[in-house]
Amino acid sequence: MNISSAHQKVIDDLKNQYPDDILEVTGYQGDILVRTSVNKIHDICRRLYDEHRFIYLVDIFGTDRFTSEERFEVIYNIVSLRDQLRLFLKVRCEEEDPHVQTVTDIWKAANWQERQTYDMFGVIFDDHPDLRRVYLPEDFEYYPLRKEFPLLGIPGSIELPSTTPDTED
Amino acid sequence: MGLESALGEGYLTTRVDSLVNWARSNAVWPMPMGLACCAIEMMAFAGPRYDVSRFGSEVFRFSPRQSDLMIVAGWCTYKMSHAIRRIWDQMPDPKWCVAMGACASTGGMHRCYGVVQGVDNFLPVDAYISGCPPRPDAVINALMKIQNKIKTEHSVLLDT
Amino acid sequence: MELEKKLTSKIQSTFFKKHQEAIYKSLEDKHTTVEVYEDDPLATHMVLNMGPQHPATHGVLRVILELDGEKIIKNKLDIGYLHRGIEKIAENKTYQEFMPYTDRTDYLSPYSNNVALCTAVEKIAKIEVPDRAQYIRMIGCELARISSHLLWLGTMVMDAGAVSFFIWTFREREKLYDIFDNFGGHRFTISHSRIGGVANDFTPETIKMIKEWVTDFKKELVGWNKFLNKNRIFVDRNKDIGTITADEAIDIGLSGPNLRATGIAYDIRKIDPYCKYDEVEFEVPTRLEGDNLARYYCRMEEMTQSLSLIEQCFDKMKKGPIRVDNAKQTYPSKDEVYYSMEGMIHDFMMTDTGICPPEGVECYHAIEAPKGELGYYIQSDGTGHPWRLEIRSPSFANLQGLEYILDGEMIADTVVLIGGLDPVMGDSDK
Repeated sequence: MNISSAHQKVIDDLKNQYPDDILEVTGYQGDILVRTSVNKIHDICRRLYDEHRFIYLVDIFGTDRFTSEERFEVIYNIVSLRDQLRLFLKVRCEEEDPHVQTVTDIWKAANWQERQTYDMFGVIFDDHPDLRRVYLPEDFEYYPLRKEFPLLGIPGSIELPSTTPDTED
Repeated sequence: MGLESALGEGYLTTRVDSLVNWARSNAVWPMPMGLACCAIEMMAFAGPRYDVSRFGSEVFRFSPRQSDLMIVAGWCTYKMSHAIRRIWDQMPDPKWCVAMGACASTGGMHRCYGVVQGVDNFLPVDAYISGCPPRPDAVINALMKIQNKIKTEHSVLLDT
Repeated sequence: MELEKKLTSKIQSTFFKKHQEAIYKSLEDKHTTVEVYEDDPLATHMVLNMGPQHPATHGVLRVILELDGEKIIKNKLDIGYLHRGIEKIAENKTYQEFMPYTDRTDYLSPYSNNVALCTAVEKIAKIEVPDRAQYIRMIGCELARISSHLLWLGTMVMDAGAVSFFIWTFREREKLYDIFDNFGGHRFTISHSRIGGVANDFTPETIKMIKEWVTDFKKELVGWNKFLNKNRIFVDRNKDIGTITADEAIDIGLSGPNLRATGIAYDIRKIDPYCKYDEVEFEVPTRLEGDNLARYYCRMEEMTQSLSLIEQCFDKMKKGPIRVDNAKQTYPSKDEVYYSMEGMIHDFMMTDTGICPPEGVECYHAIEAPKGELGYYIQSDGTGHPWRLEIRSPSFANLQGLEYILDGEMIADTVVLIGGLDPVMGDSDK
């Protein structure tokens, strides 16, 4: 796993500032992934934005590890235009009541991306200005990308229109 | 000159049905419910090479009140199905429906929770077109089938 | 104030009640950045729903606008009318089986989506693709880029009023469809790219067709530029409409020509080159104004650059294999499959099990699609099916920008702005 010197500088600075919260650094084929603890993700993102100028948030998405502990992961994909670096941050949260602090006050792009993660996995982002579902209607009660949700869906979970004509009043 | 020699005395006998159906079938105005990739093929079907206006479908009216054929092109999700049904209800009689492509006919390659497995679950479909996406020639074939259906199966008695 | 409070109580939806209430409530609660009189004695604010079925919203996009006369005060977007859940489907298919689904995400330029999936899987499984295949992929990608921009041009100019332009661009697209039909077998959703290479090579007839088309199209493009660039109506319709500054664009997450029109030259082909983009010369068109006209100029320039890229690829392409020669990494050629036992067994294993990247690794690869940055994030668990495949779709992020841009514009500009931003709903709704 070779980490480039520019990435190493950023990781060392983060390790200096938050020594207990940088849990794991992995890299594969040039992508560097930093796993941090859940409660400090907002501060770490703020530091990356202010100090290292990671001003471009490309993506936020979730994964389901299907383990009994720390089931869901939320992965952030951020780019620094000044240093031309891409960095991935990862946090893990529990299955019961998954909460992650929102980063919409740092990057406005996080708004819809976090809504998408909430829609698909059920991860709740604290202090999000408008946490609603984005792809499925609000009436839908399940979180589709969780591994236990069947691919063909649950019959009756989402309604079809009636086949008798709608008489408009 | 020509018509008078054919008509002889000056009378043309026909059924009201044939006349009205002939008029209706040669001026089918589609309402494109273009949802996804099949919509691009539908645009090509209206485009310069596979020109559909030579078959009478001169304008693609996006307003349901002004059209008589609804072409559902693309996969229909549960969220969208209500909007499609409402638009179908707004279309005045007589109306026909074409399910274009594999996704509208049966759900196609999308066998998953979000997609309605066939638009005929909530719409009365008259012609199905297979293909993913079907060539515009296939859509013209379906249009001709609908024209045939209008000529043979529809009667003025059904109009209220 | 009075009117707004009554909004949610006025809704009488016959389906998806909770959904409609939630979205109208969030429209009420949205803070507006536009100056508006607080006490409105005539109660003239109107809520207009540009519903999912609309001739000018480029697919199924629902825009809910709160209007003060002709000016948009607040707006909310409702997407998801084309959501299938292909990320969930991907967890049940092998990587190669997933290829046709990628065609149908950004269905205006399907070739680039195929290349995006292929390059991502080749990155995670460490597959080296031969040079000739890389050049063929580049030519396909650039043809797809031109095809997507042609449709964008036709629909945007048609929405601005000039209806006959749509017919001209579709005439050119039909010629492109002929080319794709010739080497790919299908008019546009060809899954020509295979993991490890491409499906089949260019025949001399195809090369002749592409070269002829490129020379003819250059002349067409010059004519169109003359027609539109100084056209008073078109310029007035687009100048200073939907202006966004570079900082705002980066903050809201735009990518592709929308970002380059604000002044930031962020193009993945230059920053993080894939295929053979580091060996060819091309410019990245950038503008500074950030309005709709700048986005138009960026895309027109990109078409010219794509044409020169295709010519350079033909010059640099040398004869060679079009797929890597490893049975565990790609499909064997049809000759081997028909005439040798190992070939048949390898073909079977490839279809049944597929390519197996190492266990427990994850990686991300992005390409410069015509709409923006299209990225695939794959987490592998060692089998032929991905554990998680995530698509970073450019249209999703661009539509977020649309919500931001529309505040303060006139309602008649909504259509031109949606056209200028070029979203594709299959891509944004996955």
